[in-house]
Amino acid sequence: MNKALSIRGLRKTYHNGVEALKGIDLEVDAGDFFALLGPNGAGKSTTIGVVVSLINKTAGSVKVFGVDIDQDFSRAKSLIAVVPQEFNFNMFEKVEQIILNQAGYYGIPRTQARSRCERFLRQLGLWEKRHDVARELSGGMKRRLMIARALVHQPKLLILDEPTAGVDIELRASMWTFLRQINAEGVTIILTTHYLEEAENLCRNIAIINHGELVEHTNMQQLLHRLQHQTVILDLATPQTALPEVTQWQWVLTDPETLEVEVDRTIGLSPVFSTLEHHHIRVLSMRNKSNRLETLFLGLVGSNVKNNNKEEV
Amino acid sequence: MTVGQLWTALLTLTRKEASRVLRIWPQTLVPPVVTTSLYFVIFGSLIGSRIGSMGGRQYMDFIVPGLVMMAVITNSYANVSSSFFSAKFQRNVEEMLVSPMPSAIILLGYVLGGVLRGLAVGVVVAIVALLFSNVTVVNWPLSIVMMLGTSVLFSLAGFFNALFARTFDDISIIPTFVLTPLTYLGGVFFSITLLPDFWQSIARINPILYMIDGFRLGVLGTSDIDVRLSIVVVLTFITVMFVADLVLLKRGYRLRS
Repeated sequence: MNKALSIRGLRKTYHNGVEALKGIDLEVDAGDFFALLGPNGAGKSTTIGVVVSLINKTAGSVKVFGVDIDQDFSRAKSLIAVVPQEFNFNMFEKVEQIILNQAGYYGIPRTQARSRCERFLRQLGLWEKRHDVARELSGGMKRRLMIARALVHQPKLLILDEPTAGVDIELRASMWTFLRQINAEGVTIILTTHYLEEAENLCRNIAIINHGELVEHTNMQQLLHRLQHQTVILDLATPQTALPEVTQWQWVLTDPETLEVEVDRTIGLSPVFSTLEHHHIRVLSMRNKSNRLETLFLGLVGSNVKNNNKEEV
Repeated sequence: MTVGQLWTALLTLTRKEASRVLRIWPQTLVPPVVTTSLYFVIFGSLIGSRIGSMGGRQYMDFIVPGLVMMAVITNSYANVSSSFFSAKFQRNVEEMLVSPMPSAIILLGYVLGGVLRGLAVGVVVAIVALLFSNVTVVNWPLSIVMMLGTSVLFSLAGFFNALFARTFDDISIIPTFVLTPLTYLGGVFFSITLLPDFWQSIARINPILYMIDGFRLGVLGTSDIDVRLSIVVVLTFITVMFVADLVLLKRGYRLRS
């Protein structure tokens, strides 16, 4: 399969001696929806910065759709777009002008740029705001503006660095729909996010960076399959004061109507439900105690998160 | 990028810079007119009438080329330094850095923006000058070459300043402590022949002297310096500044980590 991104032995040491990347090897298939995860300071943004040429690498190679950024920088850049974490547009310019200027930097004639600008602003719900000055937009609108700007030259690889940070739930859902749509149209997407639910829902493959090293690089389903235990919450129809004794799994009543069950994946939930039915305990509903990917993520990088005393993952 | 795409990119950047000048016209176009008018009133009309002639011309006429060039120099410089530093500060310079647009086009786009503002202000100041003096241009080609060359040079210098700048203070230090003194000492208000020999030699180190003198020759037909030397000085500085800017920009100096 064609590789949208191929990174080999990528190293970055900053002037202050901080070794941000310690030899990363990473491949992303063309057409993929790929998650690049890691705790704060792990090296995600540095990796992205090198790929889009905002950070000079110390060593290694980066190819975008087979084009080496050291050999044909211009061609490689025309294939990529990035939506950074921080707002990086001129706050005093009008929305439409920001998009048209960006198109111009890629050599897209003004007439063509106008039609693309309208298309993406409409798709992202910003068309009515096209004459507004960027600083007057809400946070969510500014983030959508950056996505529209990134898409105007029709990149084959779109890198999104926490695109839904600070975005409300409704808007996040609409952005997920939009991102799925452009991915279905053939755009390869690399996503970094602190919302692991987002990565689990959107992405097919995943890499996890920690301390500047790749600690995981696999298929999302395979990764989730590695979970040994799952914990589910059951809402009971009638209050319970005691539970039947079991040995194959552990359960506990967190309150008289809520049952928390931790069960090995090899056993599954069927014997749990059989036991409950046998004791005439009816279940109204069931949910996962935590996001599955979050459980795995904390297992892989948990010590780092604790050491850094970070709340976010 | 193809030639057509490069042209589109350059046009986009130049148009963006030009629209910025027009968008903030109270900051870009009005102040030079007010300042220059005051110079004409105070130095030209009030004090100038007591001075009499200089370089074979009425004092009011003598200072016209210098004041026009002073406006061209400060506005070309200020436009590029403030615009490019703002782009660095707001991080929208990244829009250009991630694009396939070559460094030379980025530099050229900003320089054209600086030249547009420099020349626009220069023309406006020249129009104001006509209200106070009776100057007619003696040599149009030389006047245009000197004005254009000076504007290009100080646009490049403004870009250099913006590349190094880390704070807004850094882009005001050079104009205040270097550019303004050199401009004043570059013969805007006097002929260097008035200076003793020693100070004349010192004054000749100042590159701005050659630009003002060359332009004065084009406008008034009087000069203290061989115009060929003036043109060589301008072209040499343009070449040095262009190469320095381009090398630093390509390396991403203070732009890329």
